[in-house]
Amino acid sequence: MSAVQEVVTPAAIEAVPKRAMTLGYGTSLIMLALLLLVPLFVKNFIIFQLTMLLIYGLAVLALNILTGGSGQFSLGQSAFYAVGAYTSAILMEHAGMNYALTLPVAGLICFGFGFLFGQPALRLSGVYLALATFALATAMPQLLKLGYFEHWTGGVQGLVVTKPDAPFGLPISQDMWLYYFTLVITIAIYIFSVNLLQSRSGRALMAIRDNEIAASAMGVDVALYKTLAFGVSAGITGIAGGLGAIAVQFVAPDAYTITLAISLFLGMVVGGVGWLPGSIVGSAFIIFVPNIAEGISKGLSGAVFGVLLFLVIFLVPHGARQVAIVAQQLMGKLKRN
Amino acid sequence: MTAMLNVKDLRAYYGQVQALHGLDFGLNEGSMTTLLGANGAGKTTTLRAICNMVRSTGAIEFEGAPLAGRSTENIVRLGIAHVPQGRGTFTTMTVEENLQLGAITRKDKAGVVSDIERMYDHFPVLKQRHTQQAGTLSGGEQQMLAVARALMLRPRLMLLDEPSFGLAPLIVRDLFKILGKINRENKVTILVVEQNAQLALELADKAYVIETGRIVMSGTATEIANNEDVRKSYLGY
Amino acid sequence: MELFTNQILAGIATGAIYACMALAVVMIYQAIDHLNFAQGEMAMFSTFISWQLMQWGVPYWGAFIITLALSFAGGIAIERLLFKPLAKAPILTNVAGFIALFAIINSVAGLIWDFTIKQYPTPFGSYPFLGSQLISTHQAGMIGVTVLLLLALYFFFQFTRIGLAMRAAASVPESARLVGVNTSWMIALGWGMAAAIGSIAGMLIAPVVFLEPNMMGGVLIYGFAAAVLGGLTSPLGAVVGGFLVGIFENLAGTYIPGVGNELKLPIALALIITVLVVKPAGLFGRPIVKRV
Repeated sequence: MSAVQEVVTPAAIEAVPKRAMTLGYGTSLIMLALLLLVPLFVKNFIIFQLTMLLIYGLAVLALNILTGGSGQFSLGQSAFYAVGAYTSAILMEHAGMNYALTLPVAGLICFGFGFLFGQPALRLSGVYLALATFALATAMPQLLKLGYFEHWTGGVQGLVVTKPDAPFGLPISQDMWLYYFTLVITIAIYIFSVNLLQSRSGRALMAIRDNEIAASAMGVDVALYKTLAFGVSAGITGIAGGLGAIAVQFVAPDAYTITLAISLFLGMVVGGVGWLPGSIVGSAFIIFVPNIAEGISKGLSGAVFGVLLFLVIFLVPHGARQVAIVAQQLMGKLKRN
Repeated sequence: MTAMLNVKDLRAYYGQVQALHGLDFGLNEGSMTTLLGANGAGKTTTLRAICNMVRSTGAIEFEGAPLAGRSTENIVRLGIAHVPQGRGTFTTMTVEENLQLGAITRKDKAGVVSDIERMYDHFPVLKQRHTQQAGTLSGGEQQMLAVARALMLRPRLMLLDEPSFGLAPLIVRDLFKILGKINRENKVTILVVEQNAQLALELADKAYVIETGRIVMSGTATEIANNEDVRKSYLGY
Repeated sequence: MELFTNQILAGIATGAIYACMALAVVMIYQAIDHLNFAQGEMAMFSTFISWQLMQWGVPYWGAFIITLALSFAGGIAIERLLFKPLAKAPILTNVAGFIALFAIINSVAGLIWDFTIKQYPTPFGSYPFLGSQLISTHQAGMIGVTVLLLLALYFFFQFTRIGLAMRAAASVPESARLVGVNTSWMIALGWGMAAAIGSIAGMLIAPVVFLEPNMMGGVLIYGFAAAVLGGLTSPLGAVVGGFLVGIFENLAGTYIPGVGNELKLPIALALIITVLVVKPAGLFGRPIVKRV
């Protein structure tokens, strides 16, 4: 008889077991080596793109913690990203603060913002939460343009941010310095996130994702954990936003529209929802595929992008995670033979 | 006598896990057969495999026609009604709409209307609640609704998955009485999976015992009921 | 006081647009249980087809009917080709598919018909309706068509076998198959109907917002909001929600200082979210009773 319902196979990929959230040691080391070495051999513009890859990777990771971890859906990540970016930019340009010190501030402010936003979001789920976060994303650029804040935000014009030099007279370019700076932060946040999801709190979050009622019956403080997930996700997104402002050297309201939030969402799907290492793959997709589409056809770049996206989700509906799982199985078979 | 439903070497799988290891059995037309077994033995899977709701191999023939390759809805259209475990109520719809859905494949409007009335005779509580959202019914009422919904198909074969689950003993008696009546009067062949082995064996003509995906015993209901092992494991005396 | 009533009237007039789109949103939600982000673009494409037909000399109502039929077929084709293969993929993957579809349709429409704004005719004329400058005959006609559509949909879902089967397939697919409903085709049919309703919305909206590939961006958001506000399971709720959103938007723009055009949308959305926090199933949505 034909396969009508493969109940178990997709489900096994869907519910991410804890171990599958991360990469093996070997793979991690190879990835790390690549990230460390590649910039040494490429041009500055490519280094800049790699920096953006890491930054968007962080933002996708943050969304993954929220959606993959606690099962909440957000189309509002661009708002948190914007708040982080503006916090860094304003502190650097108006208060003369060191760029590195602005990042924890951006993270903390966004954590608070996300935590507060998580409160009303508690009552909403599914499409309703999507709409609420969507509202946040559309409101943010308009708020940034408001006349009241123009002295600080620069209004529609935005703010120009100075690019930092490498410290201690290191003989490397600004781009390369910023890349390694971003890499260190990215790795630190990645390790923090992996540990977070594997901790007690992470288990509580996943329990909420899988069955909220059962989780609350087991004594998990559902409201607290869900709002905390929003806070942590927003905080990480804020740090990414701050880094983004420094890397692009510019903040403006129209850089942080709903398009950015949608891109981050696509990045999460392509990388595999809930699979943290996939964040970087998703980030690569949203940075490079639009360029590729533009290269194939200028007039139809949107259509080419759409077709490429369809190809990806047809081939691997579970994103890069599915590729990783298949690869792992193949490796396992090879080892046994 | 050739069987109405013939099952040969049925194997079923959930992903990599094999749940049935080659079942062979048949149901005679107009008979009432019960499938006994512990939890996880494969009773539900057997019913689901007949309706092509799990991946399976082997041959299933209904009135001489092979069911392989047919979709669930096409199998239902042949006159096989399946009352699933958990009742499968359309919770957001009214009781009456649930009954109408049971007859959605039928073209005879007048017959459907009179059948709904017949169901209300069988299960008066459904008549009282006919405009109510079905999700608000109690578990027992939903179970009756599920049986009534299946009967609305005017099935030739009815598969019931633990119809007594969660019902009060008195209601279970009533339900089985109705099932017996339908079996005798309307010549509906019935295959019932039941935890309440005693009751099932009282009513059924034939019984099969499944353990870990294999049939370990078969015979007339009386034979099975008198078997020492069955008495100890399933009847408890 | 007169300003207030005038703003309400103007709100109803714009609300008609949202109500129309919201009906299409509810339709697809009934069929597939989530929101289709590409729905506005599908409606826009349909509207362009009708425009093209009229350019070729087909009279308005002829173009209207042909577009309706083509949209219905197109909706079914999109489901069969693109979303049926994704039926077993996770929901978020499907959402990514909607975004991809959005990008494709928008880009193709831009290539065929370019991005310049085009005039689109109305069959109702655009004179003051009953002497009011605030509602034109076109807008009144639109409200009429919306109400007719609503009645037709209500009749379809409540009193026809296919309507019943469609609702069943959407709410409990497995049980629907067990009573013999071909759930896969019900989904395709839902896509077809949603595309057809969307095309009506597009053809009615185009005279107001003008025809161009990005015409539906804002409208769809308000349509979603209206449908969510009214309750995604209720066509009546969607229409009422549409009018309410139109009124909200206008009142907020007039009475809250410093709002202007930019902040109208966020404020309307914020209000809706407030309503949802209090009443999570929407104003008219049937709360789903769950037994744990």
